[in-house]
Amino acid sequence: MKKPRTLAQKVFDAHRIDTPCEGMSVLRVDRVFCHEITTPMAITDLMARKMDKVFDRRKIMAVIDHVTPAKDTKSAIQGKVLRDWARRHKLPHWFDIGENGICHAIFPEKGFVRPGMTVIMGDSHTCTHGAFGAFAAGVGTTDLEVGILKGICAFREPKAIKVVLKGRLRKPVSAKDVVLRVIKELTVKGAIDCVIEFTGPVVEKMSMEARMTMCNMAIEAGGTSGICMPDAVTVDYLWPFIKKDFKNKAAAVKAYSRWHSDPGAVYEKVLTINVSELQPQMTVGYKPDEVVDVAKMAGTPVDQVYIGSCTNGRIEDLRAAAAIIKGKKISPRVRAIVSPATPEIFKQANKEGLIDIFMHSGFCVTNPTCGACLGMSNGILAPGEACASTTNRNFNGRMGQGGMVYLMSPATAAATAIAGKIADPGATKSWKKK
Amino acid sequence: MKKFGGEVLLLDRDNINTDEIIPAKYLTEITKEALKPHLLEDLQLKGFDPQSKALADAKVVLTRNNFGCGSSREHAPWAFEINGINAIVAEGFARIFRQNMLNCGMLPIELPKKEITALSKLARQGKAKMSFDLKQQKLTLKAGGRSRAVAFELNDFATKLIKAGGWVAYADTVY
Repeated sequence: MKKPRTLAQKVFDAHRIDTPCEGMSVLRVDRVFCHEITTPMAITDLMARKMDKVFDRRKIMAVIDHVTPAKDTKSAIQGKVLRDWARRHKLPHWFDIGENGICHAIFPEKGFVRPGMTVIMGDSHTCTHGAFGAFAAGVGTTDLEVGILKGICAFREPKAIKVVLKGRLRKPVSAKDVVLRVIKELTVKGAIDCVIEFTGPVVEKMSMEARMTMCNMAIEAGGTSGICMPDAVTVDYLWPFIKKDFKNKAAAVKAYSRWHSDPGAVYEKVLTINVSELQPQMTVGYKPDEVVDVAKMAGTPVDQVYIGSCTNGRIEDLRAAAAIIKGKKISPRVRAIVSPATPEIFKQANKEGLIDIFMHSGFCVTNPTCGACLGMSNGILAPGEACASTTNRNFNGRMGQGGMVYLMSPATAAATAIAGKIADPGATKSWKKK
Repeated sequence: MKKFGGEVLLLDRDNINTDEIIPAKYLTEITKEALKPHLLEDLQLKGFDPQSKALADAKVVLTRNNFGCGSSREHAPWAFEINGINAIVAEGFARIFRQNMLNCGMLPIELPKKEITALSKLARQGKAKMSFDLKQQKLTLKAGGRSRAVAFELNDFATKLIKAGGWVAYADTVY
């Protein structure tokens, strides 16, 4: 009998071209995603080596997302290096200003990620794309460079951690609260050289957006990729892009199920969480595993509220926040920013009246960009200020030198914007059960 | 191949992250040289001064667990490299940071916690210098007239990348 394998092991076996030493694999990559922060140095190095080539222009997708529109000459040059390169190589999937959105939101939205794929990008939150049953890992500029040139990347054979989510997720508790709790349990180094599989009845009921929110933060526990098993939810999301490949959705679900981890596959650790009793969660320190119940911090003053990013800038996130702020004004003690993660999300939010709700309540609505999350543009904190943020990283200085970042869900951020201080969205009277 | 060894800088804390090594505001730079003055600018560590001679002289960093966690930015190892620090000895590295070091032909060495503790103790005894023997897979720390030799493990692939001077050169020859 064949040895039971995890999804990641199956993907490795299907993509391995070499084993340079025990425990290391060189894989073919199906997708090389590029943005303007980590790609330009790869491009200039390839040019300097007189190797300015791409392995397959259909498998390389590029976007300007971190600082857009450009804020200064340096960011304009970075954008230009990427733009010139994308045009020079006639990349068919290239997203410039007007069409650009945050990489980990726009690339899934365009249907680029499929179950069983290998995906790399010069961005640590590439683990997001594992939500589709892919192996997706953040890499540095050199790995990206070799990926662009050769379509390969080297990885340690990953171990796996299985997170089993049981019970019922009760609004306003969301995927963000769940993943913050998971990181607290695993710690910031608990998943190094591991993939994190999110499984169980709660995940099966989750949308792709919610699954992406969880997989997005796998790296905050040190994980190589977050992973969800591809199922009917995955197929529904991808259907416009895959319908020509399958006679019906059931056939797609069946075909993708071959990637599922086998019963009996070996895990480093199995973590079971009953989410029924989970309260809204938030971080309190400078590490993403310093997580407490929001209720414990209620009343803590903040200066800024930020809703957006590759973690929580998707349509469901905007809906969850808008449901809480509808008809209310944000506290005069805070400034609030919402950044829909892609133009499609922006348009959908507009259609649903969410943009109106945000603007009437006093939110500033920005174009899609990573900007504020990493303190590059569009919402940098002053020293001593605190931000209630739906982003993924609370490192010291992350959103601006001397600033404090409290990571939380969109619902908690919205409740905090209204209250002008940390507030538990479950405790706000306006919350109606659906 | 790069040169490894020399004055040791002790960064005695777990989870030193990429934003502390090089803040995101410098990620719009497109040369390694431009990163040089900003290494460890935002590091929170008692007694550490990013402007100190200890950092300026350092050739080796000795540190704790999950070093380089966070962002995938290769600017973090580059910031060390451009400051002449090509070797980092830690209890553990974040995956991307470790691979980035190897991809640049730098030397990341992982040792058990008690060994890091013993080396840290010795490194505090005065001016500390570390040397590396890649063939024998052995490092030696000398400080305050005493020395400590420790064996380390580096897999074949890591050794090949270091010898080739990084992943681009290696991949271009082999694949």
